[in-house]
Amino acid sequence: MDSTLIIEKSVIILVVFAITMLMAMYSTLAERKVAAWLQDRIGPNRAGKGGILQPLADGLKLFAKEEFEPDTPNRFLFFTGPALAMTTALMTSAVIPWGDKFHLFGRDIILQATDIDVALLYLIGVMSIGVYGIMIGGWASNNKFSLIGAVRAASQMISYEVAMGLSLIALLMMTGTLSLREISAQQAGLNWNVFYQPLSFFIFLICAFAETNRTPFDLAECETELVGGYHTEYSSMKMGFYLFAEYANMFISSTILAVLFFGGYNYPGMSWAVENWGVNIANVIGIGALFVKICGFIFLYMWVRWTIPRFRYDQLMHLGWRILIPLAIVNIMITGIVILRAEIFAYLGF
Amino acid sequence: MINIPDFANASAVQIIFCVLAFITLLTAFLTIYSRNPIHSAIYLVICFFSIAGHYFLLNAQFLAIVHIIVYSGAIMILFLFTIMLMNLNEKKEVHRPRITRLGAIVSFVLISLILIAIFINSKPIVGEYTSTGEDYQSIKVLGKVLLNEYMVPFEFASVLLLVAMIGSVLLSKKEKLEK
Repeated sequence: MDSTLIIEKSVIILVVFAITMLMAMYSTLAERKVAAWLQDRIGPNRAGKGGILQPLADGLKLFAKEEFEPDTPNRFLFFTGPALAMTTALMTSAVIPWGDKFHLFGRDIILQATDIDVALLYLIGVMSIGVYGIMIGGWASNNKFSLIGAVRAASQMISYEVAMGLSLIALLMMTGTLSLREISAQQAGLNWNVFYQPLSFFIFLICAFAETNRTPFDLAECETELVGGYHTEYSSMKMGFYLFAEYANMFISSTILAVLFFGGYNYPGMSWAVENWGVNIANVIGIGALFVKICGFIFLYMWVRWTIPRFRYDQLMHLGWRILIPLAIVNIMITGIVILRAEIFAYLGF
Repeated sequence: MINIPDFANASAVQIIFCVLAFITLLTAFLTIYSRNPIHSAIYLVICFFSIAGHYFLLNAQFLAIVHIIVYSGAIMILFLFTIMLMNLNEKKEVHRPRITRLGAIVSFVLISLILIAIFINSKPIVGEYTSTGEDYQSIKVLGKVLLNEYMVPFEFASVLLLVAMIGSVLLSKKEKLEK
């Protein structure tokens, strides 16, 4: 491994980290602005022009708040909870292809931290261990509300992981690869997977809402029943980490949705742009296209949050186990039949 | 006999292996040793992660990730779940009669005897593997091997899992009906 590659990858990892943090920061502002817009208000407008410095002010406020600790016998685990939530939220971005490639300094730079063969499984794995941050934090708080919130969040995430995995299997049968880079490359032009697998996209979208604990699935922090849910006992920046992890998760899951189903960095006429304007300019537009898609999904998350009320717990479980999972299995069967249609017709003698 | 490793000239992989093995053994021991069941479960999770690290060292990416998803991501979370809801305390620990302790010691000594015998008589077979030239890191190759050469055991395993799943559903349903 040469040192240029290490420098190149380090720069990419740092930039991705910075962008994730920035997007998570400004998602908090966007959430308040969208809420204000949907409710016919103005929203935060005091810090900076049009409230543009509001996230900085919020962050400063969280740092300056008093650090309160409950009387818990598990002080170490109490600290580990938010750290784990933040770590798993940031780990996912490692396998995402942010663009095709740049041609700089006489070498091709691939805009991805690592291109492993099992990228999609890695995503599912990181999502599944994301529950630990909430569970451990909620339990270590030594509070009944926190515990019930944590258990709710965990059971919800486990239930929806099943449907999510099954919906991805239908997609995998079509793409034939687990590498996100190859999946992106296959969707060149307007060959987006959402046109071939609309049901899979729909199931994945609902599960992504559930996995990020967003409304209508935010039973984990249902104020009327559970005070603040799993982060009732948290204050100051530890609380900030939990909230921040939620927004980072939202950004990452929007990215995954865009990469898997909406063509990633591809946009109509990309090959034409590569021929006429060169690789670099075409890819700058590609990254722009990816971020437009991501912002679209983030807006969808907020739009849904301020439109649809929260589910009841039994409705949540009913939707996950009795509707989404059978639907995903039917989707897998249909996909299989369509892929093998030639063989089936030959077997039936048409 | 058991070889003592040469720490001075160890390669990077060997050092990583030693660190991982240390974490695995330590957390496995702490799983049994710690009194709080939740701490036990968390140590077990760390143990599973280090085992996944061993798979990565053997270039088995697929196995490592699936290990994390299945054991750390699903099974251990359900474990934690049950322990948290049951709210086990140290005080509730059942007092064990003396005969049980004696039995435990005897069985431990017997197991150690067998393990020592195995370690002394075993011959390392690392040198005897032959390279087939296939890249088993690739999921395509792995899938083809599983569904061509090992089709029957693979399908039997899936049937076994299905039966276990239906069985557990049936058991939990029956209890409810009787109540």
